[in-house]
Amino acid sequence: MTVAQLRNARRFLGGRRALPRTTLRRGSGISLGVAVLWLSLLVLIPLAAVVATAANGGWAGVVTTLSNPQTLAAIRLTLAQAAGVTVVNVVMGTLIAWVLVRDEFPGKRVVEIVIDVPFALPTIVAGLVLLGLYGPRSPLGFDVSNTRSAVFLAFAFVTLPFVVRAVQPVLEELDPEIEQAARSLGASEAQNLVRVVLPSLVPAIAAGAALSFARAVSEYGSLVLISGNLALRTEVTSVRILTYIENGQVAQASVVATVLLLVAFVVIGTLDFLQRKVTRRG
Amino acid sequence: MKTSKWGWAGVVVVAAMGLAACSSGSASVAPGSAGTTAPSPAATPVTLNLVAYSVPKTANEAIEVLWAKTPEGAGVTWVESYGASGDQSRAVASGLKADYVHFSLEGDVTRLVKAGLVDESWNSGPTGGIVSSSVVVFAVRPGNPKGIHTWTDLVKDGVQIVTPNPGSSGSARWNVLAGWGSVIAGGGTEQDAIDYTTKLFQHVVALPGSGRDATTAFLAGTGDVLLSYENEAILAKQSGAAIDYVLPDTTLRIDNPGAVLKVSNPKAALWLKFLYTPQAQAEFAKAGFRPVVKGVTIGQVKGANDPSNPFPVPTKLLNINDDFGGWSHANTKFFDPDTGVITKIQVATGKSS
Repeated sequence: MTVAQLRNARRFLGGRRALPRTTLRRGSGISLGVAVLWLSLLVLIPLAAVVATAANGGWAGVVTTLSNPQTLAAIRLTLAQAAGVTVVNVVMGTLIAWVLVRDEFPGKRVVEIVIDVPFALPTIVAGLVLLGLYGPRSPLGFDVSNTRSAVFLAFAFVTLPFVVRAVQPVLEELDPEIEQAARSLGASEAQNLVRVVLPSLVPAIAAGAALSFARAVSEYGSLVLISGNLALRTEVTSVRILTYIENGQVAQASVVATVLLLVAFVVIGTLDFLQRKVTRRG
Repeated sequence: MKTSKWGWAGVVVVAAMGLAACSSGSASVAPGSAGTTAPSPAATPVTLNLVAYSVPKTANEAIEVLWAKTPEGAGVTWVESYGASGDQSRAVASGLKADYVHFSLEGDVTRLVKAGLVDESWNSGPTGGIVSSSVVVFAVRPGNPKGIHTWTDLVKDGVQIVTPNPGSSGSARWNVLAGWGSVIAGGGTEQDAIDYTTKLFQHVVALPGSGRDATTAFLAGTGDVLLSYENEAILAKQSGAAIDYVLPDTTLRIDNPGAVLKVSNPKAALWLKFLYTPQAQAEFAKAGFRPVVKGVTIGQVKGANDPSNPFPVPTKLLNINDDFGGWSHANTKFFDPDTGVITKIQVATGKSS
């Protein structure tokens, strides 16, 4: 599904101005019903269950869980690294998409395929590979194991494709005549990039960034081998959640999960807002 | 007309839930009807569901072959599920079909007792419900370059320790408790044990998620010593890993429980009985586990330090019941995520570095 299609779908579901309220005919009503059913079974009900479990411990349970220094440190580390990785992805992902769309070079097709590999690789295998390459016996002489950089590295590895894949199709469909027009009107390459190309990419970049952030926040498999899971230092939230589960404290585990959900919700919401704002202006 | 849209959604969701309820209702009929055929087990082929943690897979499979040669075990087919002990236990508690379970620590069976799935008397037998056993050892680099032999050697300058995360991996708790127990067994006080364990954690460079993850990280070059289980070290050596292991003078016995579920095929109880026979225990021994009954003829154990004397008795062997007051007490005292002694030590050492 391209970003344009996604955007249309989103407009269809939530747009206030784009469409009149009463477009539901029988056919579309059924498809909406099926869509909502599917969403409910896979997303809404499980998420509601997580939040409900978190609420089981009451407000006191939430406070105790979130005032645990180890948990708090894990949440802070996870969010900070996920945000950092997302920023890097925005830059690197856009750059890679640019190179893939605008440049011709030998092996381009291979790169195209390689980019998606992190999607397919079981994360524990990714962890093994990262440990082998950037661990104590790194053939590159580059050891980040058991440090916060290891968390960053693992996040970066699993989230690489998101921005690239979101930006690429939009860039491909960008009408080159607009850029030519801008150039003929005297715009420099830099102006062209900043004022013409980038604005039309912002929605795609924002969509990719949202996915990238959400994916990083939940990551576990690829970093358990290389991050060391050290309390207050390299322990991420998914490890904390596992700790609570191992101790039979499901409510506390759900509290941590709910915090992540809320943060992801806010971040994705903000990026979505940004995306709409830019789209409307464009 | 905002409501109409949500009205649609609501109708669909409610319908779906009704559908789900119906289907689960009809599914629950099936075991009942299967139960009616139970009185003549000899005539019908028996399938037993085994749910276990992953390490004893090889041994279990070998024992199944042995059992199949006996009248009791003939014709039994197995449906097996292996995974992390805690996950497996939680899966059974929430409905995964099992006749026999084999976990890495007692708490995983206790969970099923609490859920009403395993009888409270499961651990009343001569071995206390324990079907396989091991001890905590130090896995080291070939030739033991750092000269690690005792628990105090672990906290010498420049020694880096890898041990699975006692928070997220239940079975990792054996290792840390063994260290703690070595201080108490040596006449130390509780405070001495806290001091020692604090030093131990200051030397820890990685706390991978599980025993196997820890072995993987160690084999990839992390640390100088891996706190591990004897059977895990033997298994790693059997599969060609370049490590040595050291049995410290004082160590903790690791007990892996096995139990039959209340609602299970009668054959499952016979299987559990068979596991305590010397021939079944000999298969566990081959895989590196210490036998839990006497009179087991242990052949050569490949991968052991001395294959012909694979299980030397340590000077002082601690166990969880006599030295730590049992698992439920130890879990609360040491590993509670908020108040556990070890949890606090982990946080304190995390802060100081």
